[in-house]
Amino acid sequence: MDERLQRILPRVQKPARYVGGEYNQIIKDKAEVRLRMAFCFPDTYEIGMSNLGMRILYGCLNDLPGVWCERVFAPWGDMEDEMRREGIPLWALESGDPVSDFDVVAFSLGYEMAYTNVLNMLDLSGIPLRSADRPGLRPLVFAGGTSCCNPEPLADFMDLMVLGEGEEIDAELLKLYQTALDEDWSKQQFLLEAAKLGGVYVPSLYEPVYDENGLLIEMRALPGAPETVTKRIISDFDSSYFPVEPIVPSTEIVHDRVTLELFRGCIRGCRFCQAGYVYRPVRSRSAEKLVQQGVESVKNTGYQQISLSSLSSSDYRGLPDLCDGLLDYGEARGISLALPSLRADNFSMDIMQRIQKVRRSGLTFAPEAGSQRLRDAINKNVCEADLLESCRVAFAGGWNGVKLYFMLGLPTETDEDIVAIAELATKVLHCWKQHASNKSRGVRITVSTSCFVPKPHTPFQWEAQVSMEEYKRRVRLLRETMTAKAITYNWHDPETSYLEAALSRGDRRVGNAIEAAWRSGAKMDSWSEFFSFERWMQAFESCGLDPAFYATRERTQDEVLPWSRVDMGVRADVLWQERERSRAATITPDCREKCSACGAACLLKGGKCDG
Amino acid sequence: MDKLRLLFEKTGRAVYISHLDLMRTMQRAFLRAELPLRYSEGFNPHAQISMLLPLPLGQESVCELMDFRVYADCDLAAMPAQLSAVLPEGIAVRSAYEPLRKGRDLKWLRVRGRFIYDNGATQALAEKLAQFYSRESIVILRRTKRGEGESDIRPAIREFSVQAQGSEVLLDAVVSAQEPTLNPELLVSALRQLAPELVPDAAYFRRTAVYDAEMQEFR
Repeated sequence: MDERLQRILPRVQKPARYVGGEYNQIIKDKAEVRLRMAFCFPDTYEIGMSNLGMRILYGCLNDLPGVWCERVFAPWGDMEDEMRREGIPLWALESGDPVSDFDVVAFSLGYEMAYTNVLNMLDLSGIPLRSADRPGLRPLVFAGGTSCCNPEPLADFMDLMVLGEGEEIDAELLKLYQTALDEDWSKQQFLLEAAKLGGVYVPSLYEPVYDENGLLIEMRALPGAPETVTKRIISDFDSSYFPVEPIVPSTEIVHDRVTLELFRGCIRGCRFCQAGYVYRPVRSRSAEKLVQQGVESVKNTGYQQISLSSLSSSDYRGLPDLCDGLLDYGEARGISLALPSLRADNFSMDIMQRIQKVRRSGLTFAPEAGSQRLRDAINKNVCEADLLESCRVAFAGGWNGVKLYFMLGLPTETDEDIVAIAELATKVLHCWKQHASNKSRGVRITVSTSCFVPKPHTPFQWEAQVSMEEYKRRVRLLRETMTAKAITYNWHDPETSYLEAALSRGDRRVGNAIEAAWRSGAKMDSWSEFFSFERWMQAFESCGLDPAFYATRERTQDEVLPWSRVDMGVRADVLWQERERSRAATITPDCREKCSACGAACLLKGGKCDG
Repeated sequence: MDKLRLLFEKTGRAVYISHLDLMRTMQRAFLRAELPLRYSEGFNPHAQISMLLPLPLGQESVCELMDFRVYADCDLAAMPAQLSAVLPEGIAVRSAYEPLRKGRDLKWLRVRGRFIYDNGATQALAEKLAQFYSRESIVILRRTKRGEGESDIRPAIREFSVQAQGSEVLLDAVVSAQEPTLNPELLVSALRQLAPELVPDAAYFRRTAVYDAEMQEFR
């Protein structure tokens, strides 16, 4: 270990997150390694190590012969200060080598608020931020992850972006890059070849064209650029790679447990939900295989909790078999199951009761909207009766707390819809009064609201976000309506949501604002300790940009969207049709009840959508 | 077979694993090795393991002791290799045995220190250090659970020798392990408070042996 680093470590918080050496980390002999990749997660170790996508790709890429993929995380503020003072560049955990020594520097982009961390990590590595300032083939700087479905805000900084699931395309890309290195290609030659792989968006091959009012009128495809870049998926999900030997951090992380992935995609089609649209088509893993992966993972890690991950676990057909299989193995060994993302229905409550034999943790439901009309408009197919029935079962079974999550500012929302949130919470309280098995302990009902952020590739991608003032008015209205003492109301500040809306639907110019914000000190924007709204507003202004143009402006159907060259599987006309149905509060049946022919199934090579 | 003891090392990158994290790491290692570690009864069962002398963060040791209980007989000779194979880099188990003595008999601790002076370490500097630690008393301000107070750490230092080598002064000290516990870091704190001109630019410590009150090696 670098002696300078050794001197710093005793002075920083939680030094274990900066040194690597964990059980199951992958160490390779440098003499046998031809290509070195620094896999950068633009947030803290605790967040990044909890990310299932990172665990999968780390294992998957290290299975490639000649490739060594190592982990890099963003240092916390105290560590960054020490690093800058001592002139220590950012390093990768496995080898301790500086990121600038690597051939490939790849970022996982899961949310927009991490964008400044990407720039900060490049800077801490001593790598020029902008692709244009990196004329050579080495290092290759690219990104993947959900946020890449609008690649434009970070377009100037990335050599390329990978769309969709990385397991196959990342390997293809590294292979091509190895050839480019071996044959001494120019960077341009490599990028043109990479664009042919499918699923690779090369920002420098598209040129945004604006009209005199600053409206985007064309994403001009330059010679060699594909008309559209279609995301990549794993067709045979059941037999695809899964890491049963994940790294076991030596210090506590956010999700410190085995995570199994039940399926990808979602049958529900909630209109606000980006994940629900961009992860289609639905592909499941068999219960048998999941039990096997769960048992192996537990044996290889020593974890005593297994979390079943998916966008809507209640929709997994093999859920009872899976729970039984894991409980058969785990019960005698003290292994518990966690099932996030359950729907508020009877079936789910049965499952909850089966897996939670001892502990009674809190229940969380996300009705998202208070009135049935608005729930229909957003296609959140949960009805009040189901929710109350679930609460009844829970209260009768001894639970004494429920958290209810809602969004304010959903398209078509009226004051009646807001008041309906308070009414729903009151009904839940009455339900507890009627059915609680033990009233002496009291009840805690928590209502939380956040400000809706319209996202690319959803039916609401054309919608305006409500202004921050309007959100605050709606919060006040709800607060005045919610009077019962047993109900606690928490609301998120709208500043982060406003910025998230500006970044998520931003065009290439927004990249300048991101850089300006970073230059004036922005980093770790998802952490309240670091976030400064004021700084961001000044950054936009200094670039001659108005965040409201991106956040609170409604787009017309024919407007050219910055992500118009990206095909995430669902056809744009289906999204528009869903938007129109939303206006009429018409629900669309889930994919199993009736396939809506969204187009995502066309991505499958063999097999069929499990929707 | 019920109560057992492990002798293990914690060096290199593993020194940054905190005490609480080490407990968790050990518990998981037993599960990975499929060894019959015993848990407490009740709603929140916890692994029955305890460190005899928690090691301060950042310090190395080749003589850590951990007591634990098992619910079934196991092969003590095989256990070190079984556990070492599933522990993070830097933690290695040296032996497993049925302890003959209680942890409270552990009294003294041998510590090797490396004091690094960026501008070089001379024999003269080493001698000044030796003189400093052999004073009659070394009264320093230290923060304890009961607030800030003065205390004399000199009685907790039993042996002390130094040697200059390049830019380092190598220390070899025997300090009190329990009642009172002397964290070797206090050797540096004492310099900072009483002889600032002797403060090293960096100091690293490694536990090398543990003894009972009669200076017999403690196992």
